[in-house]
Amino acid sequence: MTKVTMTVNGKAVSAEVEGRTLLSTFLREGLGLTGTHVGCDTSQCGACVVHVDGKAVKSCTTFAADVAGAQVKTIEGMNNPDGSLSVVQQAFQDHHGLQCGFCTPGMVMSSAALLAENPKPTEAEIRHYLEGNICRCTGYHNIVKAVLAASGQDAAALAAE
Amino acid sequence: MPKDTGIGASSKRREDVRFLSGRGVYTDDMAMHGQTYAVFVRSNVAHGRIKSINTANAAAMPGVLAIFTGEDFKDVGGNPAGWLINSRDGTPMREPKRPVLAHGKVRHVGDAYAAVIAETYNQAKDAAQQLADDSDIEELPAIVDMRKAVADASNRVHDEIPDNLCFDWGWIEDNRAAVDAAFKSAPHITTLELVNNRLVPNAMEPRASIGEYFPGTGDYKLTTTSQNPHLTRLLVAAFVLGIPENKLTVVAPDVGGGFGSKIYHYGEEALVLAAARKLGRPVRWTAERTESFLTDAHGRDHVTKIEMASTKDGEILAIRTETLANVGAYLSNFSTATPTFLHGTLMAGPYKVPHVYVNVKTVFTNTAPVDAYRGAGRPEATFSIERIVDKMCRELNLDPFEVRRKNLIQPDQFPYTTPVGLVYDTGNYQATLDKLIELADVAGFEKRAAASKAKGKLRGMGLSTWIEACGIAPSNLVGVLGSRVGLYDAATVRVNATGNISVMTGAHSHGQGHETVFAQVVAEKLGIPESSIEIVHGDTSKIPFGMGSYGSRSLAVCGSAMSKAVDKIIAKGKKIAAHMLEASENDIVFADGKFSVAGTDKAKSFGEIAFSAYVPHNYPLETLEPGLEETAFYDPANFTYPAGAYLCEVEVDPETGKVDIASFTCADDFGHVMNPMIVEGQVHGGVGQGIGQALLENTSYDENGQLLTASYMDYAMPRADDVPFYKVDHSCITPCTHNPLGVKGCGEAGAIGSPPAVVNAVIDALHRGGHTHVKHIDMPVSPARVWQAING
Repeated sequence: MTKVTMTVNGKAVSAEVEGRTLLSTFLREGLGLTGTHVGCDTSQCGACVVHVDGKAVKSCTTFAADVAGAQVKTIEGMNNPDGSLSVVQQAFQDHHGLQCGFCTPGMVMSSAALLAENPKPTEAEIRHYLEGNICRCTGYHNIVKAVLAASGQDAAALAAE
Repeated sequence: MPKDTGIGASSKRREDVRFLSGRGVYTDDMAMHGQTYAVFVRSNVAHGRIKSINTANAAAMPGVLAIFTGEDFKDVGGNPAGWLINSRDGTPMREPKRPVLAHGKVRHVGDAYAAVIAETYNQAKDAAQQLADDSDIEELPAIVDMRKAVADASNRVHDEIPDNLCFDWGWIEDNRAAVDAAFKSAPHITTLELVNNRLVPNAMEPRASIGEYFPGTGDYKLTTTSQNPHLTRLLVAAFVLGIPENKLTVVAPDVGGGFGSKIYHYGEEALVLAAARKLGRPVRWTAERTESFLTDAHGRDHVTKIEMASTKDGEILAIRTETLANVGAYLSNFSTATPTFLHGTLMAGPYKVPHVYVNVKTVFTNTAPVDAYRGAGRPEATFSIERIVDKMCRELNLDPFEVRRKNLIQPDQFPYTTPVGLVYDTGNYQATLDKLIELADVAGFEKRAAASKAKGKLRGMGLSTWIEACGIAPSNLVGVLGSRVGLYDAATVRVNATGNISVMTGAHSHGQGHETVFAQVVAEKLGIPESSIEIVHGDTSKIPFGMGSYGSRSLAVCGSAMSKAVDKIIAKGKKIAAHMLEASENDIVFADGKFSVAGTDKAKSFGEIAFSAYVPHNYPLETLEPGLEETAFYDPANFTYPAGAYLCEVEVDPETGKVDIASFTCADDFGHVMNPMIVEGQVHGGVGQGIGQALLENTSYDENGQLLTASYMDYAMPRADDVPFYKVDHSCITPCTHNPLGVKGCGEAGAIGSPPAVVNAVIDALHRGGHTHVKHIDMPVSPARVWQAING
């Protein structure tokens, strides 16, 4: 067992974990932050994406011990301080960028990371960046629209609707 | 001006706020006091005889609480098929027992033959590996290829089934002679052999189940990833474990997609309940993704020969098909209905074709069970028809738009009886075709093709005019056809004393947005705000007995039940209002949320009536019960028939064979639309899955029955950069004639109509590029296949 300490959604947390404990397991079972989902176990689907020191990371293939000392942000940390939806989250609701909701936390975290790097991405840049996040429900149309809208662009016009 | 509330408004989804904030509660998110973990021991061979399972070593490992094998379940029931199909000669289908855990033989890679329950997941996993090492399974030759399975009777999936055939079905057998005669005299016959590729549904949430047992009361609870909790309860309680239905609660909480794969009852659900009873503690299981690939019911997997008889100018005279349909190793609950009544009955498509005959032989193999996946039988029918119509047009040098227009059922021909047993109640297929031609700018195609050519690409356009049958019904008819369940649905509308409303639905929402749309419908009918209405689903202890959500049925069937229940509320409200307003019941009108005496300003609000029903001080107690709660069951008179026209444009790189979707346009008729935003989202998703089937997805077993595509590393899911923005339209409306909302269903349309449009577009591109020897390419139309077709 190893003691790890990190900051999750602004709160310092500390726990004894096995070396093999995955960050996704630590968040879900250790901290009860079940918004981070595990969909594939092989780093392909992206439902488990969280931010580690501001970068999008797949928590299902990251050891908890490897992010000791880091700032971790999960979907539960994305809402505005007053509890309302942040710009990216709100864009997903406004543009129906989710259906069953299972891939959604990862989609939101990846989209937020993209917009932090690239505040006005093109459609092609969004599609390329989200290649590591699989959604089975939406056919991606409204997800891409939501990210365009969150970046302040005219999503309906760009989607040629 | 678009509406901002009620029917027809694009109300934002209320469920989104919890999903976007990480506050959804899916099965695996629930922690239970004293919980234990189940891990299944699964066969790593496709076909084998279980010689021995030595549990001693595993049982002695740390944390291990219990071990189950097939022996523990050999005396309980099997998981049944929901539909009995008779062969052409009248004999009933072969129906082998599907046990909770394999007993005697294992029949596909992933077939569970034991389970370990332990204090922690890792302990259970370690012990399961030990148990696998201590099991002696004699590998037998695998039966993978359907043609070989039927041809070689010496090797059997089920020892008691001599030819690996479940049934040999003809539809409609009495029409066969007339169909054959039409072919004999036909001026032109087109023939096509094709494969409808096997797919894995891949809901993003893996299946998961938690079993609980409460010794104090003898009650059980199953929390599980289900599209239809009552159906699961019926199957696991009455058929498999022999638990009284009233002692089992099934809860399907937030469910992360289904697409068919979560309709069915699976053995893991029975195991966690049995284990919970034995241990007196909660037992939980969540599939790893590879377990999902190995054990979720797969979809499609047909090998079909289709023939079309026509005149030289493209009038369709007859269609005849022969299909081998794979059911895998066991009969999943609707596996026998999917290739038959959901496939053969659609084989006339939207066309006025006088003669149709369909033959389906359903085959057992050493592969995962195959069942309904988004569209279920209708995509297979549509693909066969729309591909052969296109091939006929090429052989006769005819325009695919004009040939379809000539053959489509005309708007004045409804209700239209097809030669395969359906009565299409209404439609206007010309209207959706016209709308498509306009929206897709077919007139501008040549210009776009020239631009593609300038880039070294071949551009093609593919058309599909499709129809589907949704909301399977009525129960008395499907009963005659072999269904072992009813296909009604139910809803309870409970008006609370303070005037807000809880609606309990038999339908289950796992992405479709019922919590929003169903509230819109009730709000519209009662004239009260959507925010005053709560939709409750997914818990058998709360909802009336309903059949759940699949087959695009939720709104058409359960929504109709809900609408009827609201009508009953209004009728009772009128009686209460008549008493309070001292008027005749016949003089009370209900509008805008108020009960008024016609022609006067005397009125009571909906809230006042609700309060009076629960605080009945001024109330006609001698003639009317207090309370304001109504339940309705609704059994539809007929299927609904959504239809539409889809156009795909592709760009093919002739150097690499890579196909890019340049555009995809849909013109659909779903009848009345309750929430356009959600309907469009459903079409987007369906088209995304259809493009996946057409270009990317394939489920590949090798000759030993090993699944080569058992993770997202090997199974090509469509990703954001594989698809374009879609153009979708649902402005052509012919309301369903037999349900109260005039709705038809939209969930499967995209997955049904799109695959042939994509493949037709690829063939078109190759022909325009001079590769006229290419007659067909099987899905997925991968770069390798396209390159081989060009250069073959």
